[in-house]
Amino acid sequence: MEHDPTDPIHQFQINRIVPIQIGDWDFSFTNSALFMVLTVAVTTAFLYYTTRGRGLVPSRGQSITELSYEFTANMLRDAAGTAGMKFFPFVFSIFMFVLVANLFGMVPFFFTVTSHLIVTFALALLVIGVVVGYGFYKHGLKWLMVFVPSGVPGYILPLVVTIEIVSFLSRPVSLSVRLFANMLAGHITLKVFAGFVVSMSALGTLGIIGSILPLLMTIALTALEFLVAALQAYVFAVLTCMYLNDAVHPHH
Amino acid sequence: MFVTQAYAQDGGTTEQLPSEVHGVQETHHEGSIPASEHGAGFPPFDPEFYPSQILWLAITFGVFYWLLKTVIMPRIGGILENRRDRIALDLEAAERMRSDADEAQAAYEQELTAARNRAHAIATDARESAKADAEKERKRLDAELNDKLDAAQARIAEVKRGALAEVDQIARDVTDTILREVASIEASQDEIASAVSQADR
Repeated sequence: MEHDPTDPIHQFQINRIVPIQIGDWDFSFTNSALFMVLTVAVTTAFLYYTTRGRGLVPSRGQSITELSYEFTANMLRDAAGTAGMKFFPFVFSIFMFVLVANLFGMVPFFFTVTSHLIVTFALALLVIGVVVGYGFYKHGLKWLMVFVPSGVPGYILPLVVTIEIVSFLSRPVSLSVRLFANMLAGHITLKVFAGFVVSMSALGTLGIIGSILPLLMTIALTALEFLVAALQAYVFAVLTCMYLNDAVHPHH
Repeated sequence: MFVTQAYAQDGGTTEQLPSEVHGVQETHHEGSIPASEHGAGFPPFDPEFYPSQILWLAITFGVFYWLLKTVIMPRIGGILENRRDRIALDLEAAERMRSDADEAQAAYEQELTAARNRAHAIATDARESAKADAEKERKRLDAELNDKLDAAQARIAEVKRGALAEVDQIARDVTDTILREVASIEASQDEIASAVSQADR
């Protein structure tokens, strides 16, 4: 397909690498799938490789691994208490996956897995699914008390419960859209400004001089996008922890 | 719409995935985006690749989760645990060493006190024995001097007695001479002796 090199949407295009068709469903191995595999492979390899020394005094790489491990552990413990620690592998996987997928998106020509709503939505549904599933498994129907805040007068209780339910149901949407929209918007903005540099430079000397401005903007945005990539992974993980807290402690 | 999807995917099993995906696709068919035009429109909202993305996400994330849970996290946890243990052990050892040092210090102090006491005792003994020796010496000298004194006094007495005897003799001779020369009386030696001893009284 012919593409304008400055087209900001082109970077989100999915291409089949290995077409796989099962029944009516297209399960092709795409560039998106490739970067999911890369994310998992690189992250696992990094975590495995840096801890190979099992150093009592950690090396630089081992420090990074240990820091992310303890960072996530503290995040979960603060939000959901010790009882929530059984979800530590889950939260750590989510955090590392989103973080590395986001950061991979910052590499030129790399596909950003998390810039597709369906991926972030699937992750959000997984989180909410775990919350609901564990909540019912652990507390039975009593878990539904999570929608009934204590200390609310009876006459406004129906209203409050309705609001609680609506807010709970909007969680997967807000969780997934926040991450998706941040990554999408950031990458589009970056590409638009970078595109300015290209198209202005084509206009001659004056254009080249003028393109310095969007170039500086692109540099600044790149730094900002690195921040956003890390921050959104953190936000996703923190919200996951807080939602898991509802599964562990339904009475709030 | 999201509610049903949420509960549909909660199972998380791959068998359930197609129906879920189907639901998403249908939603978009009903929605504003003409979904059948592949490659057209905005890629993140293009449902063409939803099944593939969900499947591969499930596979990769599943593998990732499994790897972290079974391999990576026990490894990191082990390292941290090991370090915590080691630190605790080292602290314990340090504590033990400190108590050892304290004990040694106490023993040293005790030893020092004992030694000091012993030294004191030895000094006292020495002083006592020196004092006793001095006393004995003094007594010996005293006795010696007393002996000498006694001897001297005895000699003095003897000399005195001898002198007195000579004085008697001289007195008798003087008396005899006086009687003979002055009074011309011839007195016997016995009479003179008794007269002198009477006058001596």
